[in-house]
Amino acid sequence: MAGQIEEKHMQALTNRSKEVSRKPMSFMEQLYLPAILKGMAITFSHIFKKQPTIRYPEQKRPFSPVFRGLHVLNRDEEGRERCTACGLCAVACPAEAITMEAAERLPGEENKYREEKYAARYEINMLRCIFCGLCEEACPKDAIYLSETFAPANFTRKGFIYGKNELLIPDPVTEPEAYQKARGLKEPTTASQN
Amino acid sequence: MTLLAIDWILLIEKLVLIAIIVFASLGIALYTTFAERKVAAILQDRPGPNRAGPFGLFQPFADGLKLIMKEEIIPNTANRSLFILGPGLAMTAALMTCAVIPWSSHVELFGRNIELQIADINIGILYVFGVVSLGVYGIMIGGWASNNKFSLMAALRAASQAISYELAMGLALIAVLMVSGSLSLKTIVDQQMEPGRLWNVAYQPLGFLIFFICAMAECNRTPFDLPEAENELNFGYHQEYSSMKLGFYLFSEYVNMIMSSAIMACLYFGGFDIPFLNETTLAPNLAAILGVLALLTKIVIFIFIFMWIRWTIPRFRYDQLMNLGWKKLIPLALLNMLVTGAVILYLQG
Repeated sequence: MAGQIEEKHMQALTNRSKEVSRKPMSFMEQLYLPAILKGMAITFSHIFKKQPTIRYPEQKRPFSPVFRGLHVLNRDEEGRERCTACGLCAVACPAEAITMEAAERLPGEENKYREEKYAARYEINMLRCIFCGLCEEACPKDAIYLSETFAPANFTRKGFIYGKNELLIPDPVTEPEAYQKARGLKEPTTASQN
Repeated sequence: MTLLAIDWILLIEKLVLIAIIVFASLGIALYTTFAERKVAAILQDRPGPNRAGPFGLFQPFADGLKLIMKEEIIPNTANRSLFILGPGLAMTAALMTCAVIPWSSHVELFGRNIELQIADINIGILYVFGVVSLGVYGIMIGGWASNNKFSLMAALRAASQAISYELAMGLALIAVLMVSGSLSLKTIVDQQMEPGRLWNVAYQPLGFLIFFICAMAECNRTPFDLPEAENELNFGYHQEYSSMKLGFYLFSEYVNMIMSSAIMACLYFGGFDIPFLNETTLAPNLAAILGVLALLTKIVIFIFIFMWIRWTIPRFRYDQLMNLGWKKLIPLALLNMLVTGAVILYLQG
């Protein structure tokens, strides 16, 4: 019928919903005290509950195995840089956070760079990076991967543009401990099967 | 020369006692702020402040330092002198109560018999009442002098709340006075210490409950913290305050809490009485020290209950607050008084 509004109950999603009671409070309820004591018993029981807090700087929460953190520029077992400055990561990057400059390897630098071409400058703007991991997927040389740490705070915007100093993993030959620490638990292999 | 015939040693003795009690009260209040945060945290499954020092024990000092270092702002539309007077008055009124609290029996030092009470005046409770009602001036003056509508509204709320609950508090107290027959806090405590006599709470359970609720309202503690209702009045009467003036307001709330706990312990829970122990059999100095510890324990328990309630229940609505004060507590207190009187008459006659 036009103009008539039929009141329909919405379909309940669960059977847990309760009708709101508009009854005036009984004498016991008006005293408030039983309800307050009940509430106090509940809060008191929380004294003995286990705290879910993780005390951050001392305790750290384990990351998931697929966590994508700060980038690491990888080296091979002999400590040579793997990056050949092909630019595929920069192309793949949806946030356009990566820039690089290529240079040719000179004779005598074979122990520093794995191939004839290398990245003389390699920068990632951590303020632009969205940590999607597409650079890791794009890299044919297994030279870049995302570690289990995240970018620490900084005072300036400039401080968030990470160069090779910050990104390059320590040399496994000269500093094996630092290398292991930077490498983390995650295997730096996603594209190496190709 | 009769004018100068003062017991100078008594004067020094009292001054030392005043200094000790005031500084001890402030020290306890300092750590009450810490305890408040810890209790809140533990009741909410959190660790609470734990960074400053072992277990976060230096946190109150860090808080105090922070408050002192903050910029002091006096709004240019505020009434300058009253604006400064407000927090001072709140703090003074809060600390004045400790003058009549009997902290313990007497100690014997240097051949003198030193009472551990600043002044055993025969109108002790009346004095406490006077000082407590002065406390509302600190809030009122601060709220008014801020020249801010929220502050003023909060101050009005505080004043009306204090007036409403002081009435029921007074009526509950009259029943205690009928039982003890004295206004001196020392006498009331001594009576409860007599062997074979129970604490006043056993004779006045309803009176204690009313007194406790009113004390909570007087201290502006949740569920009666309408004067500083964060979500509707921003911060209430101390909204315009900053730096240590704000600190004084916040601090006076904790001092008030300690003092009302002490008063409740003295009136209803035997003050410095240790249950199931006859203190007269002990050496007086030992008994005095144990007495102080007993009173402090009672105060700590009361403070914990204050905090426990704060972190359990939400705030009353304004009309509920007035309803509870005028329509529930005052009739109940009157009834309590009437029944007490009838029973006393019956026992005498």
